[in-house]
Amino acid sequence: MIQLEQDILSKNNGYASENRRHFADHGILALNLVSSPGSGKTSLLVRTIQEIGGDLACNVIEGDQQTSADAERIRETGAPAIQINTGKGCHLDAHMVGHAVEHLSPADGGVLFIENVGNLVCPASFDLGEAHKVAILSVTEGEDKPLKYPDMFAASDLVLVNKTDLLPHLDFDIEAAIANARKVNPAIRVLKVSARTGEGMGAWIAWIKAARAMALAGHETLKAGE
Amino acid sequence: MHEMAICESILGILKDQAAKQQFSRVQRVCLEIGPLSGVEIDALRFGFDVVMKDSLAEGAVLEIDETQAQAWCMPCGGTVPLKQRFDPCPNCGSHQLQVTAGEEMRIKELEVD
Ligand SMILES: Nc1nc2c(ncn2[C@@H]2O[C@H](COP(=O)(O)OP(=O)(O)O)[C@@H](O)[C@H]2O)c(=O)[nH]1
Ligand SMILES: [Mg+2]
Ligand SMILES: [Zn+2]
Repeated sequence: MIQLEQDILSKNNGYASENRRHFADHGILALNLVSSPGSGKTSLLVRTIQEIGGDLACNVIEGDQQTSADAERIRETGAPAIQINTGKGCHLDAHMVGHAVEHLSPADGGVLFIENVGNLVCPASFDLGEAHKVAILSVTEGEDKPLKYPDMFAASDLVLVNKTDLLPHLDFDIEAAIANARKVNPAIRVLKVSARTGEGMGAWIAWIKAARAMALAGHETLKAGE
Repeated sequence: MHEMAICESILGILKDQAAKQQFSRVQRVCLEIGPLSGVEIDALRFGFDVVMKDSLAEGAVLEIDETQAQAWCMPCGGTVPLKQRFDPCPNCGSHQLQVTAGEEMRIKELEVD
């Protein structure tokens, strides 16, 4: 008998720690965007990068099982983007992200958005070294999503409720959806946005800038708010 | 279906340990899995047999110890049992709970030769 007491995901967690150290050394705010397929992650990123404009350097890692279409959509904004195809894999892991960071070499003091594979189950377990997971829930999905996929909402610090422009056409109860998310995670923040009309983008970008200021707090050479 | 990826992580650890601790066969793997770990036990058992095929752990017995979930309830100021993440405190009905146990996903021990 060999006593191990070793975490099954210890290898991934080791790579995640390396990524986190790299991000800290370079004052990079890394955000891991998670959602079901089609919730609007790529659309939101495109709009976010356009609205951030020259305020902050944005870099993107796109995770999808197939195709590099989403990375191309991001590059059209002028932001550097790299695609990771996971093939049969249903989530990004920290090792893949570490390699992508090497190739992309995101700018010091900037924001690195990581769009995870569309899936509300597996990405919850795989730490990538990000500062925050941000869950995107679109109003076409049903207000019980946070209860059906509690691990993801427990692991996220912020939920973006997207596609609010469609609310008049649906019977989605947005307050019930928010209440469900808070049952799973009482501390979770919620912002209502539309990647289509731009509603709520100001608050989301303010959140990003505040998170970035935290990422830079105490940094030797890069200073927050510059 | 990240249970496959989890089984691959287990195999990675077995191979590392085999090199470190000088064994060539794994007969039994004992895991500790919490109800809030996001792991489906049936899918894990299925994935285990598939992933261990043609490896040092082919045919190994998989033993799973399912732990209990617990949370700290802030209003009650105490530890309470939990079945699912969104359940309220069984004493006071509050959702102000902080999970303290139940997310385990560990290899506890191995039987090797
Ligand atoms: N009406 C509406 N449609 C949206 C919005 N955001 C995204 N979509 C649409 O939803 C679909 C999926 O968006 P995409 O960004 O590819 O989602 P992803 O799979 O999460 O990256 C596309 O057809 C988008 O045009 C929104 O705010 N409002
Ligand atoms: Mg996408
Ligand atoms: Zn209580």
